[in-house]
Order: sequence, then C-alpha cells, then structure tokens
Amino acid sequence: MAEPTVRLIHVSKSFGEVKSLQEINLEVYPGEVVGLLGDNGAGKSTLIKIITGYYQPDPGGEIYFHGQRFDHLTVAKARQLGVETVYQEKALADDQSVWRNMFMGRELANRWGMLDIGKMRSITQQMMTQHMGFTSKAVSPDTPVRTMSGGERQGIAITRALHFEAELIILDEPTMALSLSETRKVLDFIAGIAQAGKAGIFIDHNIFHVYPVVDRIVVLDRGRIAGEFKKADVTLDELIDRLYRVARTGRLEQEKKP
Amino acid sequence: MNPGKGAAGRSPLLLWLRSNALQVGITAVAIVIWAIFAIGSPETFFRPNIYQAFMSTTPFFGIMALPLTMVVIAREIDLSFPSIMTVSMWVFASVMMATGNLALALPLMLLMGVGAGMLNGIIVAKIGVPSLVVTIGTSFFWRGVVKVLTGGTGTSLLPTRETFFYDVFVGRLFGFIPMQMVWMVLFALFCWLLLNRHRFGAHVYLTGDNADSARLMGVDVDRTKIGVFGLAGFAAAFAGLVASLEVTYYWPTLGEGYLLNTLSSVFLGGTSVFGGIGTLYGTFVASFIVGAINAGIVAIGMSGFWTELIYGLILVLSVVTQTLVGRRIR
Repeated sequence: MAEPTVRLIHVSKSFGEVKSLQEINLEVYPGEVVGLLGDNGAGKSTLIKIITGYYQPDPGGEIYFHGQRFDHLTVAKARQLGVETVYQEKALADDQSVWRNMFMGRELANRWGMLDIGKMRSITQQMMTQHMGFTSKAVSPDTPVRTMSGGERQGIAITRALHFEAELIILDEPTMALSLSETRKVLDFIAGIAQAGKAGIFIDHNIFHVYPVVDRIVVLDRGRIAGEFKKADVTLDELIDRLYRVARTGRLEQEKKP
Repeated sequence: MNPGKGAAGRSPLLLWLRSNALQVGITAVAIVIWAIFAIGSPETFFRPNIYQAFMSTTPFFGIMALPLTMVVIAREIDLSFPSIMTVSMWVFASVMMATGNLALALPLMLLMGVGAGMLNGIIVAKIGVPSLVVTIGTSFFWRGVVKVLTGGTGTSLLPTRETFFYDVFVGRLFGFIPMQMVWMVLFALFCWLLLNRHRFGAHVYLTGDNADSARLMGVDVDRTKIGVFGLAGFAAAFAGLVASLEVTYYWPTLGEGYLLNTLSSVFLGGTSVFGGIGTLYGTFVASFIVGAINAGIVAIGMSGFWTELIYGLILVLSVVTQTLVGRRIR
C-alpha cells in the first residue's frame, strides 16, 4: 500500500491542565477522504491545528508526511508540504479583493518582492470562470469579497486550496452558514478530492453531510479516538446509533467485537 | 459553481466608484474647501505665495502621515511619533555639535527613529500589548529622555546653513518649490510602491483586515507590524529633521502640535480605524486639506485659536462618517 499522506503517532496536546488530545493515531492515504466526527470540544480543531503546524504536539508525538518525520512543523512548512485548510470561521480578508485573498500569504512576486499583480489577476479570473462559474462581468478579481455571498466566499477558499496543488485538504466545517444549494456545491467538491488522488479530512458535526462524501470515518470523543471504520462496513443508521452511544458512554460499541 | 445572489446588481461603474470611493470623495472635499477659501479670500488664494507656504509647512506632518496610514491599515496606532521626532533630532543635534559631521549625524538620527519605531512594533507584536497603550508610554518616555538630556534648552542648527546638506533638505527648488515638498512626494511614491506593489504592503492590508487568517495562511504578521512601526519611526526622524532645519533650530519641544494634524490627515484621508482599508493618495490630499485649513483660517480672518477646535472636529467627523458609510456597505 502507498505511504499515507499524513500519519500521526501518539499525538497528544495539553493546554495547561487541560488535555485536549490524548494519544491520537491517525493516517490519511492519497485518494481518500476521512470524515472526522465529534462533538464540540472533542478536539477536532486542535487536531487540525497540529497537522497544519499551528500548534506543536506534546513531546512524544510524531508527525509524518509521505513517510518523512517532521519534528517542528510550522505553518509555512506544512503549506510547503501541500496541506491546505478551508476553515469554518472567516478565512478571508473581507475588505480585500478576490485576487488578494486567492494569493493570501504567497503572493506572486519577483526577487525584490514586487508583486506581479497582472498575473495574479489573470489567474484569479481564470479560476473564477473555470472553477467557480462566475460569468458575470460585474464580479471581477478586484471585487472585495465582503460583497459576495457565503457560498461564493467558501468557493474562493476552496478554489484557493485547489489551485495551490494541495496534497492534503482539510475542511473544517466548510458548510457552516451555507444555504442548501451552496452546501451541495461544497460537498461535490469534497467528493472530487479523492477522485483527484488527493487526501482529504472533512470535519463536521452534521453526519448527513459527512457520510455521503467520505471513505472512512473517525470518531473523536473528549480528546481520544473513540472509533474508526470504513464507510462500506456501516450504514448511516448504524453510524447514528453508535454516535449516540459515544455521546453517552464514550464508547462506540456495546461490547468489543471478537 | 454558479454565482449566488451576491453577484446580482453590480454594474462596473458602481464597482469602480465603490472601490475608489475614498479617493473620489477626498478629491471632492479638497476642491470644495479650496473653493470656499478662494471665494472667501481671493486676494490670498489666487497668488502663488500661499501655495509655497503650504508646500513648506505641510510636509512636516505630511511625511509622517504617510507611514502612519500604513500603521493604521495594519490595525495599529502610533501616538509616539512626535516624541520620536524630538529624540531622533536630539541625536542629530548632539552628533553635529560633537563632531561637526553632518554625514554622520544623518544616519545616526535615522537609526534612532527606526530603532524607536521598531521598539514599539516589537512590544506590540511580540509581547501583545495594544499599540495605543504602548505608544502613549513610549511617547512620554522619549519626550522625558529628551527633557532630561537637554534640560529643556535647544541647539542652534546654524552650522548647517549655507551647506549643500541644508539645500538638499529644505532649500528651494528653482527658487520656488521647497525641497521638503520634493521629499514628501518622493517618500509618498516610495510608500505607495511599498503598500500597493510590494508583498510587504499586501501583508499590511491582510494583517489589518484579518490577522488570524493571515497568520494561518503563512503571513508573518509580527514582522509586518514591526516593519510598519519601523517605517513610522524613520519618517518621524526625517520629518523632525526638515522641520528643524527649516527654522535652523532644534527645539526639545519638537513634534508637539503635530499629533492632531497628522492623525486628522490619516483619518480624513479615508483610512479605516478598523484596519484593512486606506489609501496613501487619500492621506496625501488630506494632509494638504489640513494644512490649508490652518492657513485658510488665518487668511479669512478667524483667530488661530480655532485651528485646534477644527482639527479635532475633522478627526471626529471623519471617523464617524467612515463608520456610518462602512456600516451601510456592510
């Protein structure tokens, strides 16, 4: 089997006395989307921030990308490795134009740092017409994103991730605050990640969004992995039953299977 | 994906107006104010002398308002620049008195300004103290340093007179245009390139607009903040130099009286108190409006005591207007 895109071994994270994550082992392979389910406070966001280099895990935890270990992962390093995140909260700079958001943090520039605005605008224009379906003349790469709808804005965040040759795309509740039809578009995109041979981690607490588009589901509860199974092995109804059980008892199964 | 509801009803003209509303607005304000003064006092405003006076005095705070605009776009504030002016200029005067070497005094003075500015930036970015508090503190600190070191007595800059150095900074180009005006234009162009055509400027806007997201996307927010504060310190030192050379005297009180008109220039120019929005063009035009108001008040026969009242009013009105207009767009 291929090397996993990302592998976490014994990853824990404490904030003072609070143990946010305990002994997490997780692998995500190319061509699969893993659904990460868990209640508020289960540690989903902390886990994501470790993978993206925003937090350092407690000593003892190991992070591998394509089989190579990284001890001091930084945000810049993680991005270089192809980790892209689409956040639940506002990931865009609202008063800035589409192109400035599209190239946030990695502006195209010459070696003196002077921006290549023409190129950034034309790439943005191309992405807007080809991937995001903007045909109206009224919306240009110079449009401030504040004037756009929630779906359009999430589209920018997702297209941004796609454009930069992401290896691992993390979606942190990307459908929050979206209308039904806009949610549909986002889910279509998530299904497309695996087809493109990329790896994805899809976080949500709406199981009806997660189940249809993922290959594997990992359930997180109070900082631990409470269970992990392939979608093929479990129906939606069984999954819901188990999640209720996790919420009550912290365990997925009533008893261990032999 | 198809465009959602947000895409409807956006004509190109409206979009252009919206994205350039600040510049259009401030230009209109400038024209209206000029017209008022021209009608009120035509004998003054149709003669070149008044414009030479504007070009002579406006750069003293205009040079400072340009990088301060970038500080505010990055969602920070610097209230310490008047004190950085005086402490940097004290370095200049002291080195000049001790060595007589102007070519040594100049870089040391600028270094003092950049250093004091970066100190603000480091305390704000690395320690996380709000810039309002930090710069009030450093403002008193540097002013205090100067008071202790000088005992309140100034230094004559007479040795700079009749030198090339003097002509370069505050001479008269073609016998008419004050050199400080030329420097302000050059500095404005430099700042414009930095803010609008350089990666640093892109990061300034992103930092002020959404620092969390910018950080997650790999923007070095701390370095950007330290950078804008450093640039503000540089400008403070430079503005202090031209203001002192113009009167050939270093007063330890240098910078006092520049706080209000500098801040007024920035906010009248349309820079948002909430960060992320602002233009150098707006600040540039606004600084001349502020300068003209001072001269205009005197020219149309009002007492000079009115200027402070009017600057204060301009500052409050411009931030209130911005916030109300911004809320309507949002």
